[in-house]
Amino acid sequence: MRSDSIAPRFGLRLGLLGGAALIAVALFFVLGVPAGAWAFALKFRVGKVVALILVAFAISASTQLFHVTTRNQILTPAIMGFDALYLMIQTGLVYSIGGMATLSIDPVAKFSAEVVAMMVFSTGLFLWLFTAKSRDLHLLVLVGIIFGALFRSLSNFAARMIDPNDFVVVQGEMFARFNAVNLDLLWISILLCAGTVPILWGMRHQFDVLSLGRETAINLGLRYKRVMLISFATIGLLVSVSTALVGPITFFGLLVTHLAYRFLPGARFGVTLIATTLVAIVTLVGGQAIFEHVLGFKGTLSVVIDMLGGLVFLTLLLKGAAK
Amino acid sequence: MIRINGVSHQIAGMPILSDVTLTLPKGGITALIGPNGAGKSTLLSLMARLTRIQSGSISFDDANVAETPTQELAKRLSILRQDNVLTARLTVQDLVGFGRYPHHKGRPGPNDVKLVNDALEAMALTPLRTRFLDELSGGQRQRALVAMVLAQDTDYVLLDEPLNNLDMRHARQMMIRLQTAARTQGKSFVVVIHDINFAAAYADRIVALKDGRVLATGTPAEIVTPAMLKDIFDLDIVVQQIAGHPFALHQIAPPSTQ
Repeated sequence: MRSDSIAPRFGLRLGLLGGAALIAVALFFVLGVPAGAWAFALKFRVGKVVALILVAFAISASTQLFHVTTRNQILTPAIMGFDALYLMIQTGLVYSIGGMATLSIDPVAKFSAEVVAMMVFSTGLFLWLFTAKSRDLHLLVLVGIIFGALFRSLSNFAARMIDPNDFVVVQGEMFARFNAVNLDLLWISILLCAGTVPILWGMRHQFDVLSLGRETAINLGLRYKRVMLISFATIGLLVSVSTALVGPITFFGLLVTHLAYRFLPGARFGVTLIATTLVAIVTLVGGQAIFEHVLGFKGTLSVVIDMLGGLVFLTLLLKGAAK
Repeated sequence: MIRINGVSHQIAGMPILSDVTLTLPKGGITALIGPNGAGKSTLLSLMARLTRIQSGSISFDDANVAETPTQELAKRLSILRQDNVLTARLTVQDLVGFGRYPHHKGRPGPNDVKLVNDALEAMALTPLRTRFLDELSGGQRQRALVAMVLAQDTDYVLLDEPLNNLDMRHARQMMIRLQTAARTQGKSFVVVIHDINFAAAYADRIVALKDGRVLATGTPAEIVTPAMLKDIFDLDIVVQQIAGHPFALHQIAPPSTQ
């Protein structure tokens, strides 16, 4: 019946995606390695691949959770500017204690504190926005985009207020950069992402029930508020990880979730999450392999991804308006 | 037995329900009737813990709604509201399968499969079971939602206008199905019905609400009378006896006032 007979229905497709992801990772390792430099290239590329896979997972999971909890499939945490919120926290820190002082803090301790701040902020804001009575989708999209603009502008404003020397400290964080992944935070990011897996997988049935809407979920005995809180806090954590590692990418989450939704129509949360992550790995690792090793940094992957994702966003908005 | 004791409810300072006290015996169909804005849907929401109770108390047998864990309540009572927006892309059988969630928490057993199949069959949805909800008509979707609630297999079932969007054939089939479940399985249904004649033909008792108060409680024969209907709806309605049921000709004005 449900869930357990649905898995085999999508087994083949998941297998295909898994194969594609493996090929993407393999390509990233073997493309453009100069003769005799294998050991050096491998060592260098392992960290990068792990970081990209973490980002793929963090963005997929946070976007999909967001779609389930807010019951819309147009907005994503990134479109609502939650990555900009993370940057704002960083810029705010540099503004208040100065660039040198910021650099002298242990990066792992600083990142942990930022993650906690993000979890608190995002939970508070989401609760305020999404537990209100009216859930008109158009209003939500509008509010979401305004919040995105607000956070980005505040973050830019704070950046202008600080000393140019201090600005250098945050500048690197403010743009998507797949070429220069922040490897200092790799271990803590692995730990944080691993920590969300038991939540995401263990609660996958509850997220399915949550997707039916507040009233049906309560009717089915879901502890609605608790699940919402866990979901929002997890989104805050995952957004922090992906933004810290590679910076903000507005439309990536939208692109990969909708590819997965189309590829596995009607699949449950757990199965879809695996698919979304695999699609994200194919896009990110495969794309980066081509841009970095074939095109030799002549193009920028984040621009291409955001263009494709932006097209998906426009299509969804226009389709929604036509209904 | 459902005990509603002194329940009052306000929304934005406006009184919606004022001191509602009702005792409904276990088993059978109770029809909730009354004009728009009488508080019928609010009462159902309070009973099903969708809205927090402001004052008063509601209990099903020994389970007080405000104090019983929500997972436990989900095995005792189920509710279907009238405005269900299902954004999730789901098949009919998946939706109905969710009705079993309170019992299996994500791991359906053979008994769950059987109850889902029974519910699909009862709502004549078996041929449509693999269709996606957004490929269905409004009436088919309504039947799928009722099937989900039936699959939940609770002693108490609260339905807010289950006949919405249904054609004559399916409306009659649904009421017969509810009546059978009430008689053979001892289930209790509390149903908001707008068509008074469905209430008169199938309900064991009728509760009339008006302006947030219980105006009258009784059998269909006691409630569906010109005098009562005038009180409830402020409307002159001719009532005739057809096949042993009182029948309200509410669509047309009585001859004398034409």
